[in-house]
Amino acid sequence: MSDQGPAPERVRVSGPPRRRTPTARTADIDDETRLGGMYMGSLLREQLRLALGILTVLGLTVGLLPLAFHLVPELSGTEVLGVPLAWVLLGVLVYPWLLVLGWVYVRRAERNEHDFAELVTEVER
Amino acid sequence: MNLDAAPGIVAVTLVTIATLAIGTWGLRLSRTTSDFFVASRSVRPRLNASAIGGEYLSAASFLGVAGLVLTFGADMLWYPVGWTAGYLVLLVLVAAPLRRSGAYTLPDFAEARLGSRAVRSVCSLLVVAVGWLYLLPQFQGAGITLRSTLGAPTWVGPVIVGLVVLANVTSGGMRSITFVQAFQYWLKLTALLVPGTVLVAVWADDSTPFASGSDGWSVPIAAGGGEGLYVTYSLIIATFLGTMGLPHVVVRFYTNPDGRAARRTTLVVLALLGVFYLLPPLYGALGRVYAPELAGTRRSDALVLELPRIMLDGPVGELLTGLVTAGAFAAFLSTSSGLSIAVAGVLSQDVTGRPWAGRRLGGVSAFRLGAVVAVTVPCVVALAVPNLGVARAVGLAFAMAASTFCPLLLLGIWWRRLTPTGAIAGLLAGGVGCSVAIVWTLVVSRPDGWVDTLMGQPAAWSFPLAITTMVVVSLLTAARIPAHTGRFLVRLHTPEVLDLDRG
Repeated sequence: MSDQGPAPERVRVSGPPRRRTPTARTADIDDETRLGGMYMGSLLREQLRLALGILTVLGLTVGLLPLAFHLVPELSGTEVLGVPLAWVLLGVLVYPWLLVLGWVYVRRAERNEHDFAELVTEVER
Repeated sequence: MNLDAAPGIVAVTLVTIATLAIGTWGLRLSRTTSDFFVASRSVRPRLNASAIGGEYLSAASFLGVAGLVLTFGADMLWYPVGWTAGYLVLLVLVAAPLRRSGAYTLPDFAEARLGSRAVRSVCSLLVVAVGWLYLLPQFQGAGITLRSTLGAPTWVGPVIVGLVVLANVTSGGMRSITFVQAFQYWLKLTALLVPGTVLVAVWADDSTPFASGSDGWSVPIAAGGGEGLYVTYSLIIATFLGTMGLPHVVVRFYTNPDGRAARRTTLVVLALLGVFYLLPPLYGALGRVYAPELAGTRRSDALVLELPRIMLDGPVGELLTGLVTAGAFAAFLSTSSGLSIAVAGVLSQDVTGRPWAGRRLGGVSAFRLGAVVAVTVPCVVALAVPNLGVARAVGLAFAMAASTFCPLLLLGIWWRRLTPTGAIAGLLAGGVGCSVAIVWTLVVSRPDGWVDTLMGQPAAWSFPLAITTMVVVSLLTAARIPAHTGRFLVRLHTPEVLDLDRG
């Protein structure tokens, strides 16, 4: 058995070599490619749509009160538990309502950002 | 001076000492220019929210609202509602991007976004204008308060407030001011909550009925049919949109660690303001029952200060009077400090920090010199021009902010096609429009008819004028869209956890 040459080189068996190095989509945003622009555009649109939605709700509730009291003067005479309606709405209830709207906004805005971060850090293979 | 003044003197002295002590404590923590301007961006949401609340609740909130409600009724509830809702609008449209812009002041934001020194200069001018418009009534209110509670001459209030603010601002800058402001929110809340609870108990004990709903006192619209409706909606626009453009509010957002914290801070502010604003209208309603003779007089502004003595005799009344006086004084100090910081920040960057005759002041010295100018000018004007009308001047400051900085922030954050030329045109249109309205209102002593109504409450036309001008001129000068706009919007809107090139 002395005629055997040197032992063959060990080869590690693994999967096929990757064709491309992994790139995150953040590179598209950094390079301001069209794709990157689309990612940014979608984030901006989502956030703006959310903001305008919240403001529309604000406008349709709190914002319509003066008009409602102007068109239906009897509302001013209405009382809730002995307190005039205007006082109940503007003196008390409006504050928790603003807080609720703010809370909904913060939750959704953070979720939008989270989704965006997941989308652009997902590595393409 | 007489014995009646004792609780007031004790209260004012204690608040002054506490403010200076906390300010000095902050001095040891504050070392760098960055500490001075933005507390090195390390303030946590709850502390920051208390500080914002403390800074924001001015004399107009602490004293003015109760007096206005006593005199005019439910339509004045729009003031506190608007001052709170303004933070919701700010939260959804501006809070996080503003923080992420990474700028110190409004002019910094404008320059970074649009890459133009000219826009910066116009913004600096407007910050100083809005800041002084807002500082003036604070100083004058301090004069009125000390005269009504201590019997002191009118000049004492502005001078004391001016000196304390100056001592604090120049020694510790933003870091110490953050602690002072946070303390003063809780002081102001306590100063209304405790006496308010006692007074409501007294009222329940008296089994006096509610104030009558006559004379339109429970109508939430200004009197005068269509014109009244316009006034109410214009006030809503001014307060809802003006809040984001107030220099002392905006500067606070840079002290948050990141955009997410900026949102959460704003949410806590909404809660803190909501709790506080339940109280002033209560004083107005109690005043309707116990002190109707104050309604419509100049003393209506002092309702909060006088109500405890009117409803209660003896030491309890005196004690509660001392407490509300302390709160009122805290209101002057905190709002004036915040505004002075904002104005001083702008002055130190654009005036005192510039090289003069070949010499240039260092960051902290320039800030201190800026603070001296920021406080001295409105203080002297407050002494020279007695009584401009506390609530009116604050209202005009809001209208001015809504017609200048609000469009700039909205379009700067959400619209790619804003150009420097468009921004300047819009700022000038809103600023000049509002200034004309202010002068008109000051000249016309007895407002009558639609023109005076439109001038008296300009926001409903001056905001659309400003934003339309900004959009139209930007579209006409589309070639001048700054090249870095895309990258800057990435910085404004993407969460900080992402590793992105933010310019």
